[in-house]
Amino acid sequence: MDKIKLVEAAFMKSEIPDFKVGDSLNVHVRVVEGEKERIQQYQGVVIGRRGEGMGATFTVRKISDGVGVERIFPLHSPRIAKIERVKEGHSRRSKLYYLRGLAAKQIRQKTGANQ
Amino acid sequence: MSGILGKKIGMTSVYDDNGVSVPCTVIEAGPCFVTQIKTKDKDGYDSIQLGFDQKAERLVNEPLKGHFAKAGAKALRLLREFRNFNDLKFELGQEVRVDTMFTQGDTVDVSARSKGKGFQGVVRRHHFGGVGSQTHGQSDRQRAPGSIGGSSYPSRVFKGMRMAGRMGFDNVTVKNLKVLKVIPESNLILVKGSIPGAKNTYVTITK
Repeated sequence: MDKIKLVEAAFMKSEIPDFKVGDSLNVHVRVVEGEKERIQQYQGVVIGRRGEGMGATFTVRKISDGVGVERIFPLHSPRIAKIERVKEGHSRRSKLYYLRGLAAKQIRQKTGANQ
Repeated sequence: MSGILGKKIGMTSVYDDNGVSVPCTVIEAGPCFVTQIKTKDKDGYDSIQLGFDQKAERLVNEPLKGHFAKAGAKALRLLREFRNFNDLKFELGQEVRVDTMFTQGDTVDVSARSKGKGFQGVVRRHHFGGVGSQTHGQSDRQRAPGSIGGSSYPSRVFKGMRMAGRMGFDNVTVKNLKVLKVIPESNLILVKGSIPGAKNTYVTITK
């Protein structure tokens, strides 16, 4: 198992900001459009983290034009340029799936997210 | 055909230059030692025998002890022959490492013993469809093999008829796997995709 970690270490990101479930993140995603590459920002609440090593992912939920959007990002993907912690939240659950049924105000109360 | 011996470590995924996640298998390959060189004049064909994975001297029986002493090699667990190593020159006892054999971007074949599955029925072993349906009064024919031959003619079952039996633990070769990375310091090689066998299975990588 250690040898797998050795291999993964070369591909993993060295600096990932310390964030936990309930935090608000601003994820900078590299988007390739034809020849050009640009950065797209995606801001929302972390509702879950799972996996370890190269397979680690995190889920970010936001309300976009009244529609709930959830994106699952691989933590070590080179397509993610930067992860910015906008606001620290608090959570007593490891997965915040129950936020899906709540209104924006309740989400704010539950996690302290400023969405 | 040049090759090396190794051991399957496990699977993970890595990112390529485009940021795409690629599944890969990590193999600990080498260091191998040349334990015998067969020549056409002496043995009737040309080949190189490689040894891999050191073991304690006390585990070696007398005949093999002599074989290793001749090559000046340590006691090794696995010995395999490779034919047609023509383009490369070897000496007895020489150390063979991954990076001398393979580089990133090569296409390789990997052979190993597949995982044993035990006694399996025809649906799993030969991908039969089964016979019956779940309903309409059927009770026990869902995974059955069906007819295995005619009664009056040929009055016997043909040889090679696919039936239930032991599955797995076969020598399986996966061809044309891409080498994603070679890490010479720790004798590791990463190939794209999966390879046969469980973790710690001995594998043969050939080019």
